[in-house]
Amino acid sequence: MEKFTTLTGIAAPMPLVNIDTDMIIPKQFLKTIHRSGLGKNLFDEMRYLADGSENPDFVLNQPAWREAQIIVAGDNFGCGSSREHAPWALLDFGIRSVISTSFADIFYNNCFQNGILPIVLPEDAVKVLMEDAKNGANARLSIDLEAQTVTASDGQEFRFDIDPHRKHNLLNGLDDVGQTLQKGAAIEAYEAKIAQSQPWV
Amino acid sequence: MTGSTSPQRPRTLYDKIFDAHVVDRQPDGTALLYIDRHLVHEVTSPQAFEGLRMSGRKVRRPDQTIAVPDHNVPTTADRVKGIENPEGRVQVAELDKNARDFDLNYYPMNDIRQGIVHIVGPEQGWTLPGMTVVCGDSHTATHGAFGALAHGIGTSEVEHVLATQTLIQKKSKNMKVEITGKLRPGVTAKDITLAVIGATGTAGGTGHVIEYCGEAIRDLSMEGRMTVCNMAIEGGARAGLIAPDEKTFAYVNGRPHAPKGAAWEAALNWWKTLYTDEGAHFDKVVTIRGEDIAPVVTWGTSPEDVLPITGTVPRPEDFSGGKVEAARRSLDYMGLEPGTRLADIPIDAVFIGSCTNGRIEDLRAAAGILRGKHLAPGVRGMVVPGSGLVRAQAEEEGLDRVFTDAGFEWRLAGCSMCLGMNPDQLAPGERCAATSNRNFEGRMGRGGRTHLMSPIMAAAAGVAGHLVDVREVMAPAEPV
Ligand code: SF4
Repeated sequence: MEKFTTLTGIAAPMPLVNIDTDMIIPKQFLKTIHRSGLGKNLFDEMRYLADGSENPDFVLNQPAWREAQIIVAGDNFGCGSSREHAPWALLDFGIRSVISTSFADIFYNNCFQNGILPIVLPEDAVKVLMEDAKNGANARLSIDLEAQTVTASDGQEFRFDIDPHRKHNLLNGLDDVGQTLQKGAAIEAYEAKIAQSQPWV
Repeated sequence: MTGSTSPQRPRTLYDKIFDAHVVDRQPDGTALLYIDRHLVHEVTSPQAFEGLRMSGRKVRRPDQTIAVPDHNVPTTADRVKGIENPEGRVQVAELDKNARDFDLNYYPMNDIRQGIVHIVGPEQGWTLPGMTVVCGDSHTATHGAFGALAHGIGTSEVEHVLATQTLIQKKSKNMKVEITGKLRPGVTAKDITLAVIGATGTAGGTGHVIEYCGEAIRDLSMEGRMTVCNMAIEGGARAGLIAPDEKTFAYVNGRPHAPKGAAWEAALNWWKTLYTDEGAHFDKVVTIRGEDIAPVVTWGTSPEDVLPITGTVPRPEDFSGGKVEAARRSLDYMGLEPGTRLADIPIDAVFIGSCTNGRIEDLRAAAGILRGKHLAPGVRGMVVPGSGLVRAQAEEEGLDRVFTDAGFEWRLAGCSMCLGMNPDQLAPGERCAATSNRNFEGRMGRGGRTHLMSPIMAAAAGVAGHLVDVREVMAPAEPV
């Protein structure tokens, strides 16, 4: 997993609330058995017209945001299905951070497994960043994970909260499985205890 | 006994199950939770097994890992010949191979026990009270109906559970949803769960585990309870659960993987401690009177867009904030005019099935409305049992005949139209009365329009040719 330390980049404004994972990556692209290659179908149904051509109205198709690395989104981003294809598609497109007032739990969690930083900020802060994002390449946002800050183009700084364990893993690009396997003895002890007390499990 | 430690503050059901599964706890409160049952389907697992192979790791507890293909499988009788869609075929073949290579409990596509993973788990007795159950699928909450802590996980976490049989978890908050009193005739578990989402919004449960309780919940069958918990995720909660009781034990007893003999007695002893202690703290409480719940339908493209069938299509201006634009977009997608009576909306299709409403009781209820009736001209209907065993049971009861006589197609088990990853899809613009759980744009097929409702409401809509208040077509004395 790629580390996340700092990021300065273009942010795409997506003020729509309840952007669900079916919108992020529609089900017809879930048939892959690999993680990569989904970026071209990110937001597929909003991004392409019925004939397959690009929808010029969609934010990521407009010259200012084609290279966006950040999304500033409306409330409850990533609701719906648990598909990890959603963060895979975001990452494959080049998105490393999403900022919103709230995220759906599973999506939020899935981001951390893939080196994407989801940032929760209060409504007024998201509003400022949303306005900033509308300026495209003229208003780059800066994110500093160590300091837990997002800085708008005019220097306004917003501090965000993050779970220390997740922060540590993201800063160091660590994979959860390897870490947990180091606790093999504790897992074995638990299993031995349950084999006694709840043999039916 | 793992369920009870020293005398302490009163705990919720969720607290108790969580505590009983902690393998290791970090100073910051992050816990390593042991997972008792890991359910696996073909869509969210290939990359996890790929990861396992790449790092030379094994499945730690194949005996606690259950795999079944459901999302991609065709539901037509000719599926014994294989899956036509090449990518879908590859995914199911991958699952076949992974199940064999890693020696998992497996129900392949043409096994009669195959079906939607959330229907197969309880049916086979894999899901038991007090367990932790996970699956790379958001509707894992279904298993919470047994008083199990069950939630959806992403593919990286699937890999984590395969390799370690544990999950890294932060404790969620506790939320109580109480449905008091009795439901009125024509009102079902589906109406309860939709009404709750309507009241709290799709983010209302975010960060919480919901415990459903109250007389109306106690009165539900296990099938109904599964319907309620199934949609906890649509309310934003990762898990929903219901304390186990005699109904739960009776449902579990005798299932293939349920404990037997002395183990059964020991299990019962523990299961009977699984309830929220008097005075336990809930961070959020929602109370709804059962009598106030009407048969509901959704009008938009979010499950929170729910209204009693007696209502009218709302105006975007009725909402505030970002929801105004979302409602405008929904209405445009759904092709609906504000002010239209919901009961005047014509439909083209009816879908009865999914992990929300694909169990035997759902089929019985729908058939009860359809007996001796027929789909309105121009309306197509599909019934997709949740598992091969549900299908067999329905056939034994003659329900298949009721459906086919009414003009429905009687299909094999799978997710089917609930998310059109298989050949069952809506055409663009086609409008469907559906018993599934998501009305998102494009969910049932690009451009398809979904109205969520209960099986009896969907059946009644099929006969009428438009959304309809099922209470108007129910025989007065007919029990639901
Ligand atoms: S029936 Fe629908 S919601 Fe349930 S598991 Fe299948 S696709 Fe998911």
